[in-house]
Amino acid sequence: MNVIAHPRFKPIDKDNDKHSTAGQEPAVAAAPGAGAIRVRGLEKRFGDNQVLRGLDLDIPAGQFVAVIGKSGCGKSTLLRILMGLDAPSAGSVAFGTASGEAAPNARIVFQEPRLLPWLTVADNVAVGLGEGVAKARGRTAAAQVLSEVQLAEKAGDWPAQLSGGQRQRVALARALVSKPGILALDEPLGALDALTRISMQELLNRVWRELGFTAVLVTHDVSEAVHLADRVIVLEEGRIAMDLAVPHPHPRRHGNPALAELEGKLLAAILGH
Amino acid sequence: MAAVDTHFVEVRAVRADEGQRAGRSRQVLEGWLPYLVPVAIIALWQLGSSAGWISSRVMPSPVDVVLAFWQTTTSGQLPKDIAVSAGRAFAGLFVGGSIGFLLGIANGVSRLSEKLTDTTLQMMRTVPHLALIPLVILWFGIGEESKLFLTSLGVLFPVYLNTYHGVRNVDRDLIEMGRVYGMGNWTLFRKVIFPGALPSIFVGLRYALGIMWLTLIVSESIAASSGIGHMANNAREFMMTDVVVLSLVIYALLGKVADVAARAMERSALRWNPTYQQR
Repeated sequence: MNVIAHPRFKPIDKDNDKHSTAGQEPAVAAAPGAGAIRVRGLEKRFGDNQVLRGLDLDIPAGQFVAVIGKSGCGKSTLLRILMGLDAPSAGSVAFGTASGEAAPNARIVFQEPRLLPWLTVADNVAVGLGEGVAKARGRTAAAQVLSEVQLAEKAGDWPAQLSGGQRQRVALARALVSKPGILALDEPLGALDALTRISMQELLNRVWRELGFTAVLVTHDVSEAVHLADRVIVLEEGRIAMDLAVPHPHPRRHGNPALAELEGKLLAAILGH
Repeated sequence: MAAVDTHFVEVRAVRADEGQRAGRSRQVLEGWLPYLVPVAIIALWQLGSSAGWISSRVMPSPVDVVLAFWQTTTSGQLPKDIAVSAGRAFAGLFVGGSIGFLLGIANGVSRLSEKLTDTTLQMMRTVPHLALIPLVILWFGIGEESKLFLTSLGVLFPVYLNTYHGVRNVDRDLIEMGRVYGMGNWTLFRKVIFPGALPSIFVGLRYALGIMWLTLIVSESIAASSGIGHMANNAREFMMTDVVVLSLVIYALLGKVADVAARAMERSALRWNPTYQQR
């Protein structure tokens, strides 16, 4: 596997790569462009407050990882550093692909949709293609991915005309339109009502299985983590407190007793029972 | 327990066609309501003039004003003066508005530019620009430059302030999104910052339109050889109250036209915003 440094960080030597992972092979075949992630000795301080304390983490290409923990445990900070939104105080992040050459394309879905209210739904999705893409090509790509998230008929609407769940689906479409190798999800369903959240979980699971990208989901919802992820990581005070494989086939049914048991185990770990 | 017969009393009931008719007639009424007060005032005014309660030396009757409008229009004086005044107004708006807009954008996006010029602009803003009239006459005389200078100066500040605030208040989350989705500076400005600041820029523009007419009226009355202000001032010397009132009416109409045009632009540029969508 060819490891390419995150633009901000230097690549790390192979022999440094001796840390244990719960990285069992992903349950779903990874796409050739899916990105692997390698994190070494990551630290982040905000003044006196140390949020991340020497974090090591390996995520194989195509894996769906959920990061959970109490608020303030550093899970959002970890994701922001992975995406280059914040700089680490120390440590390194590297992305790699199986196919080689270019660094995998990484996209993020935020908790809020962050759509541009003055662009139509289709033009918002085309933002995800980046610069220098012809308008007509952008529209075609946007229409395609919009039908993927079942919003094809809303292409010409303004974001203000959509419901909260629909806006978040547009945000997901914007992230997916460039066929990312890595998709970061920062509590993307946190602001949605319970029923919308369940259908969004199904959508996320379906697109992940179809497109085979690597997904890193930060969430405070343990049941969501267990339903979507191959692997759940519990962060506590800036360290990995638990790294748990979820070896169940997708799609997963709500109310599956084995998953409920895992959920209980994770909750106990988070709450310290 | 024995069943009890429930007795119902109708507390509200509307037949579908009745409800619709009531709604429609209310709409028609609301459409005419804004014109009720002005029409009543003009009717009373005409009544007062015709009955001789108001001297025509103090206030001409509405009919006299309409006649003055007809005479000055047929003589070609009014169209010429309107063209001159409107030309000055919009030249000033263009020059002052452009400078204010560019400074607002620059100071909104660049910390350096803001540090360099904002304090100076805020100090200049507190000086009433009309207080510069004596100085401006000394500099430029009563030519076109003095009017252009004053209107430009007047419209500069509202445009500057609102553009600056609009840019500063663009949602930081959207800017972060733009960056992480790979937008360069120019794309970020074009797709995120400028449209985000636009509602505020329009507030500045509409405010500037008010100041534009005000400045023009004052400077044309004091120092001009053409334009509506000059026409009014000239009429004063000959005690032609009808022409004086006519010029006030013209100012009011020009102001209204400019505001309606600005609103139309606002509605079309901000049609994404639910506040500006027509119901």
